[in-house]
Amino acid sequence: MSKQINVALIGNPNTGKTSVFNALTGLNQKVGNYPGITVEKKEGICKLPRGVKAHIIDLPGTYSLNASSLDENVVIELLLNKNDKDFPDVAVVVSDVENLKRNLLLFTQIKDLEIPTILVINMSDRMAYKGISLNIDFLEQKLETKIALVSTRKNKGINELKDLIANFKNLNTKPCLQASEIDKAYFDGLRKAFPNQLLYKLWLVITQDVNFGKVDRNTYESVADFKIKSKSDLKRLQQRETIKRYQFINEILKEGQTIDLKTAKDLRIKLDRILTHKVWGYLIFGIILLTIFQAIYDWAEVPMDFIDSTFASLSEWAKSVLPEGPFSSLITEGIIPGLGGIVIFIPQIAFLFLFISILEESGYMSRVVFLMDRIMRKFGLSGKSVVPLISGTACAIPAIMATRNIESWKERLITILVTPFTTCSARLPVYLIIIALVIPEGRFIGLSYQALTLMLLYLIGFATAVGSAYLLNKILKIKSKSFFVIEMPNYKLPLPRNVALTVVEKTKAFVFGAGKIILAISIVLWFLASYGPGEAFNNAETIVTEQYATANLSEAELQQKIASHKLEHSFIGITGRAIEPAIQPLGYDWKIGIAIVSSFAAREVFVGTLATIYSVGSDEEDTIKNRMAGEVNPILGGPLFNLASGISLLLFYAFAMQCMSTLAIVKRETNSWKWPFLQLVIMSGFAYIVALAAYQLLK
Amino acid sequence: MTLAELRRGQKAIIKDVSSVYIPLKLLEMGCLPGNSAELVQVAPFADPMYLNINGSHLAIRKETAMHIIIETTDE
Repeated sequence: MSKQINVALIGNPNTGKTSVFNALTGLNQKVGNYPGITVEKKEGICKLPRGVKAHIIDLPGTYSLNASSLDENVVIELLLNKNDKDFPDVAVVVSDVENLKRNLLLFTQIKDLEIPTILVINMSDRMAYKGISLNIDFLEQKLETKIALVSTRKNKGINELKDLIANFKNLNTKPCLQASEIDKAYFDGLRKAFPNQLLYKLWLVITQDVNFGKVDRNTYESVADFKIKSKSDLKRLQQRETIKRYQFINEILKEGQTIDLKTAKDLRIKLDRILTHKVWGYLIFGIILLTIFQAIYDWAEVPMDFIDSTFASLSEWAKSVLPEGPFSSLITEGIIPGLGGIVIFIPQIAFLFLFISILEESGYMSRVVFLMDRIMRKFGLSGKSVVPLISGTACAIPAIMATRNIESWKERLITILVTPFTTCSARLPVYLIIIALVIPEGRFIGLSYQALTLMLLYLIGFATAVGSAYLLNKILKIKSKSFFVIEMPNYKLPLPRNVALTVVEKTKAFVFGAGKIILAISIVLWFLASYGPGEAFNNAETIVTEQYATANLSEAELQQKIASHKLEHSFIGITGRAIEPAIQPLGYDWKIGIAIVSSFAAREVFVGTLATIYSVGSDEEDTIKNRMAGEVNPILGGPLFNLASGISLLLFYAFAMQCMSTLAIVKRETNSWKWPFLQLVIMSGFAYIVALAAYQLLK
Repeated sequence: MTLAELRRGQKAIIKDVSSVYIPLKLLEMGCLPGNSAELVQVAPFADPMYLNINGSHLAIRKETAMHIIIETTDE
């Protein structure tokens, strides 16, 4: 048995680094977090020839080793810390054949750290198309490395890359240029003060705010032996370093790379003429959004109906095989309906992630950022806020993390604060079931009313987000430099494997994350709904039988009366009726009230909660939807879920801040409890007022 | 002239970059003296600008482009 080889995949964004990772590891990968921070950590195992295994980490994409965000910091901290268990035996720098010049900047920096390094030139299938030819031997010699020409799309070069990784001991660790020449005297001083340290490592520690191991930059600065430079001096030196690196790169590419512009074709220009056009660009973006919403609604219907009825019969089947008793009813009335309430939304959530991942993979998302920047700036946001706002339709948590690349702190803070208004997938279950109950079927120019209502709810979410951003921009007095730069990557046909892996992984995270909460809450709710204090609950049967002694009820009707009497006097019924005065003006009964309160943990709990409450309160097995349709308003009569109460509920869920995980992430990203607290109070208060107004106007 | 004044299709060489206003990140993406610049597309109101700098395609705001001095090249 040999030891695993630690491999770190490093590269600029948009180089297809993740495709290389997927090609190397296949399904042997897992996604977690770096300890203490929310940066995603992707790692996997790759089988190499002769039974050797490589442990591969896919590091966050970065343009250089000068970190400007939390994600990029992860890269530097790992590369500077020899004691980290993941410290790479070999670094694999992934570059894109069309952006070699820029990609090599990062490569030369990593070479300076004297880590064995392999250069992957990805998307090599596009070389002929772009008229590019490379002198690999020359480049290998000048860059002091081994090069693997890879095409993940054509599945080429992966075995060669594996061979290079397996033989990493043959790689040399010589830097390919002398960065210290930018200020000889200064670097000589450094070398003298710390003879045992790598010079480039010292330079990185001085210029960044990285803590690696137990040595922090202060110990370096406290040594009086070399002069400390001012911040602006350091910045000037970094600029000189960058120029020097580019000079080196430009020089070797002059010889090592030829581009025949006559044979080069450029689809990008043609596509961009249309897709970033001032009229067509917006129109196409609008059509894309419309298609996505229609698809989420229409395509997901069949699998959802199937799941719904499957869970209803599963409950029935469990009831028939399990011995009667509290355990059986916990399973059939608590856990199964609760889980059914979340499993049913897998198709829609998967579709949503599918579309978002296609938009990102194809390079189209950057065009949207470009198109929207000017407009978003009017509201105190950045073009880059569009990505969080769109991915917020999946989940606010990754969306808030996606704000990290917004350069200006004020624009970023506003984006974080308003993102929870966008319609996340956890609201979807609530919306869908209420829309199905209160919005009539029928079509308007080919679009169903129900799909249009859903679209409208998404629009309300966006409009509120943008509107409140406008207000925040006026209210918040934060001075911060406005700056914006975004790469416009080439258009790519998304790789099915990449898209599929993203969809599976994100859906799984959503289902298991939500599933845990829902399972716990279902069990607690079932307990609270099945037990109660005092006479009214314990003697329900005698009380109800006496009450209806003369009413001549059938046995089934009597059982039904007993069950609902029990529910009303259970722990949950008592709590529910205590809060009823607060929610009655909104058109809800105490059962909805319980569902709302429990969904402050997570919105999607709403459906599961109602499912649990209703199945405790009734005997026959039925789908959640049919149960809700059968509920009667206790005061006014008529169906409980009608247009007025339905719209009121929809609006309440559109605005209220009901997600503990989002609050936690906002706290982490803003480093203060102040912002999440304000979000909770203001959003929920606003939701209450709007829902109240809607119900009172419509009833 | 500055990069902000570049017209579509026009090519230029970057002459000077003010390090006070331009973050390191933009320099690292290739926006350095001596490198080429070309305007690919502008968003409505000419802002932001979609540029090809040294072979890299990127978009920056006009206010940033104003701090990059260029010289046009005729071909």
